[in-house]
Amino acid sequence: MMVNATTYTSLVPLLTVLVSLGAVPLIILSSRRPNLREFWTIAAGVAKLALVVSLLPSLLRHRIAVLNLGEIVPGVDLAFKADALGVFFALIASSLWLFTSFYSIGYVRGLQEHKQTRYFAYFAVCLSATMGIAFSANLATFIIFYEILTIATYPLVIHKETEEAIKAGRKYLAYTLTAGVFLIAAATWTYLLAGHLDFIPGGLLKNIPFEPKTAWSLFTLFLLGVGVKAAIMPLHSWLPTAMAAPTPVSALLHAVAVVKSGVFGVIRVGLFVFGPELLRRFHLDYLLLTSASLTIIIASFLALKEDNLKRRLAYSTVAHLSYIVLGVGLISSPALLGSLLHLAFHATMKITLFFCAGAIYVHLHKEKVSELDGVGHVMPWTMGAFAVGSIGLVGLPPVNGWLSKWCLGWGAVAAARPLYLIILILSGLLNAAYFFPIIYRAFFRQGETGKTGEASLLMVVPLVLTAILSILLGVWPDLGFKFFKIAHEVGRVIFGGVS
Amino acid sequence: MIKFLLGHYAYWFILALLVIGLYGLIIKRNLVKKVIGLSIFQVAIILFFIASSTKWGATVPVLTDHQEVIQSAAYINPLPHTLMLTAIVVGVATSGVAFALIILIYRRYRTLNENELLERLKEDEPE
Amino acid sequence: MNPSSLVPFPPLIYLFAGIFIPLVTLRWRRLAGWLALTATTAAAFFSVINLLQVLKQGIIPYRFGGWIPPIGIEYILDPLSGFVITVINLIALGVIVHAHQSVKAEIKESRWPPYYALVMLFLTGANGIIMTGDFFNLYVFLEIGSLSLYGLIAVGEKKSPVAAFRYLVMGTVGGGFYLLGVGFLYLVTGSLNMGDVRNILPHLQVTAPLVVALTLMLIGLGIKMAVFPLHGWLPDAYTYAPSPTSAIMAPIGTKIGAYAIARIFFFIFGIRLITQIVPIAQVLAWLSAVGIIYGSVLAMAQNEIKRMLAYSSVAQVGYIGLGLGLANSFGFIGALLHIMNHGLMKACLFLVAGNFRLKLGHSRIDRLDDSLRRSMPWSAAAFTLAALAMIGVPPTVGFFSKWYLALGTIASRNWLFLAIILLSSLLNAVYFFRVIERMYFPWRGSSQKRTLSSPAPKNESQEVSLGLLLPTLIFALALIVVGFLNVWLVKTILTKALPAGF
Repeated sequence: MMVNATTYTSLVPLLTVLVSLGAVPLIILSSRRPNLREFWTIAAGVAKLALVVSLLPSLLRHRIAVLNLGEIVPGVDLAFKADALGVFFALIASSLWLFTSFYSIGYVRGLQEHKQTRYFAYFAVCLSATMGIAFSANLATFIIFYEILTIATYPLVIHKETEEAIKAGRKYLAYTLTAGVFLIAAATWTYLLAGHLDFIPGGLLKNIPFEPKTAWSLFTLFLLGVGVKAAIMPLHSWLPTAMAAPTPVSALLHAVAVVKSGVFGVIRVGLFVFGPELLRRFHLDYLLLTSASLTIIIASFLALKEDNLKRRLAYSTVAHLSYIVLGVGLISSPALLGSLLHLAFHATMKITLFFCAGAIYVHLHKEKVSELDGVGHVMPWTMGAFAVGSIGLVGLPPVNGWLSKWCLGWGAVAAARPLYLIILILSGLLNAAYFFPIIYRAFFRQGETGKTGEASLLMVVPLVLTAILSILLGVWPDLGFKFFKIAHEVGRVIFGGVS
Repeated sequence: MIKFLLGHYAYWFILALLVIGLYGLIIKRNLVKKVIGLSIFQVAIILFFIASSTKWGATVPVLTDHQEVIQSAAYINPLPHTLMLTAIVVGVATSGVAFALIILIYRRYRTLNENELLERLKEDEPE
Repeated sequence: MNPSSLVPFPPLIYLFAGIFIPLVTLRWRRLAGWLALTATTAAAFFSVINLLQVLKQGIIPYRFGGWIPPIGIEYILDPLSGFVITVINLIALGVIVHAHQSVKAEIKESRWPPYYALVMLFLTGANGIIMTGDFFNLYVFLEIGSLSLYGLIAVGEKKSPVAAFRYLVMGTVGGGFYLLGVGFLYLVTGSLNMGDVRNILPHLQVTAPLVVALTLMLIGLGIKMAVFPLHGWLPDAYTYAPSPTSAIMAPIGTKIGAYAIARIFFFIFGIRLITQIVPIAQVLAWLSAVGIIYGSVLAMAQNEIKRMLAYSSVAQVGYIGLGLGLANSFGFIGALLHIMNHGLMKACLFLVAGNFRLKLGHSRIDRLDDSLRRSMPWSAAAFTLAALAMIGVPPTVGFFSKWYLALGTIASRNWLFLAIILLSSLLNAVYFFRVIERMYFPWRGSSQKRTLSSPAPKNESQEVSLGLLLPTLIFALALIVVGFLNVWLVKTILTKALPAGF
């Protein structure tokens, strides 16, 4: 059944971008009254989520909200389009922002962090940029928000203002600004080839005659542009370094918003700029598949030998982001479904794990895996949630990770590329190898922690909730936001229905 | 060839002046001599314009009141001359500003020699 | 009133102000600043009127004394000159407002009248160069502007006369080369009127004198524009000049040279002559490309904000030169847009540098520390925004310059130039973030984590007064607003300002 989507003009996509941006002055003005300030953050979060959810009903009836604000560069509009993929990503980011906001409050107050106002203000800007990325109707708009995200994340990365943090900030900027430059080169080139930059399902370059050399160069430029944020090896090394940031930043930005923007960019470039046909015709999919597989394996091994908990999580993130890239590279509709589901599900699982790491750090001041002996007895809820997230990332039911991995594996088989199924299984085993020892240490070893009881409720409640959410989504993927249905819709738009 | 060389003797002379001016400007260490070089350079350009408009046997381009056929070949082109009046003014102004600056430099650094000046500039350099 | 009679107003207003200020202020010295402000406002106002007029009815010529060209001197108001003159006078207006107080701080009271008179004469020169349609007239304005600039530089700190003298030597040689080029051109064409020359040139054989004329003019104007390797005068002049001078000459001075090159080579000589017959455009593009890298690299090595900005100017002028040299419509629009964008960015940055000097007594990078973010939050924010614009972060103006220039390089399939433009924005990031880190983060030695309880270094605000802050912030704001207006500007003005042949 093919249903052609109709579009309607709506302010909602713009409002989702503006709502957190509008909260910034309020946050700054109420800097002397922390409770009011945090209220603005939460209010903006709730409003943002409500706005994104309000797009859902019409989207499911194949009606897409669009908004055109006029030309931003000649021939290209500053335009928003809340298509299935965009709404999908916006839903993930905005719902998890809400969890993170509550958690952040507990975290920064627990540590008595300095410059909390700056922290919350830039967090809001980052979320605005992420919404802009999700709803961009064309490459130029995408780049604008992508670059804003780059800059707005910088103050969060260096938040601690230690020498280590400043160095991490430099590295982060060096990687991401370079990427932005590649992206601009790629976009301008695309513009000259196609005459416009609108994202079209199936590829805006589909009908352009290409030479293989041109196609490869252009695709490589694009991949360098979006691959840095997607942490594809060898462009990943900023991510573990950026773990110098406070944990909620790592949780939302380095597991959800920033890195997922990169992966989202890979999907946009792969399927909406080039399109499956071009990818197949010029064998560009091999570039995606090879780099993604190598990243998955290497990053898993690196995670294995990393003792710092957050850095281990970071390497795990690197690996899991490449799952999504792999799903795009397989160019089959079940694989894409798996990709998108992993985009959502990895976010819920990884954010749980980061929340746990943060809670342990705030409560017990422990950062290393080797110090975690017996933590499970002190913080049973936290470590329980950690176990849930780990099981999910390994790919065992009932946590949601199994579903996305299942779809990816199915996609590999459907595309007649069983090699990648093997890689997926191998990586699952590696996941188990670097996550389960942590759980083992926490619950089955005795250790001196010096403290009793859980961390503050503001932190524990969000992390338990995200853990429960991960389980619920694993059992019932259409729960609430209909992730499965939207992901299915994206696949339908691009491939014309799941075979 | 020789005809070409001789025929353009004025221009060779001007070229020589230009080079002398630039030489003074670049090679001479004394600031005043640099300004002299600058002036020679400017004079060469002025002469170039004048030379380009001059011709043998032509006269001053002033029309008498009784009507006669104007033969442009009989007059010297007046335009470059008038232009050069302005250029001379510019040159004078430039020299004036240059000497004012030199006086200022001498008051502050007590030297007009470029090498010494550079040394004294370096002494001032904050750590 | 006949619209064409408004054409020569901007340069004439400045000229009269330049003469009037020293006379009036013999008695009332404090009036100088106000007179200059009035004149600049009027000139900016008339520039805007002229621009609107030219957009409505096309090219408007103005003949001085009613003499018909090629005998008389002609001013040409077309979209190109209307655009550049408006940009320059609006920037000048902002800088003059700022100068109103920074002059008080950096220059002795007895020197205010001559100082403002020279500023007015400098702007006369700048406006005249933009408006004139006559080769020799352009030379005269070039020298008026330059001579007053030498004076403006020399009233600065101790080393400023030396910098001014060096600039004088190079500038005069540049002017001389240009004049010599005009002489050769006159030999070949027999005319000094630009429109006339444009009509005559296609009928002429390309001979040695014509090539010599082109080359000499390129060198002469290249010195004024500070194209690599003719930029030698620029770093010292920008560094040692007093803050108001740097602020007015950095956004305007080099742009005038760039405009003159665009006007003479692209409009008068024509694309065919300078790309296919004599490779002037290619030479300009390559020199600019080298200049971009050279300027950026040297900017990284500087320890004084003004000097860093000076080298950055060498690089940014390279953007303009590169855009022109690409000789296609994207590159040309990019170059024109960058004339404006870079003017705004540099004005903002130099105003901030001036604010620092005023309040801190220096503008050395290694002596900045994170007390600035508390003591001068707005200046620091303006600097940061302008720095982001220099790097080319959307939606600031810098991004759009980069966008057009990138389009231009790809359209002419010159991947090396594309790489240079993009690389340079990363180099910009390196040297600007060095300053930003200094301004916002505690530097070495204070690596232990600060908590809320530990006292901040300096809490009291030392921000500069409103008169200084307002122009700075307006420039900063303009960096974003103009960014969003870029399509409108390009569509309504710049596409009409393209030379024939694209």
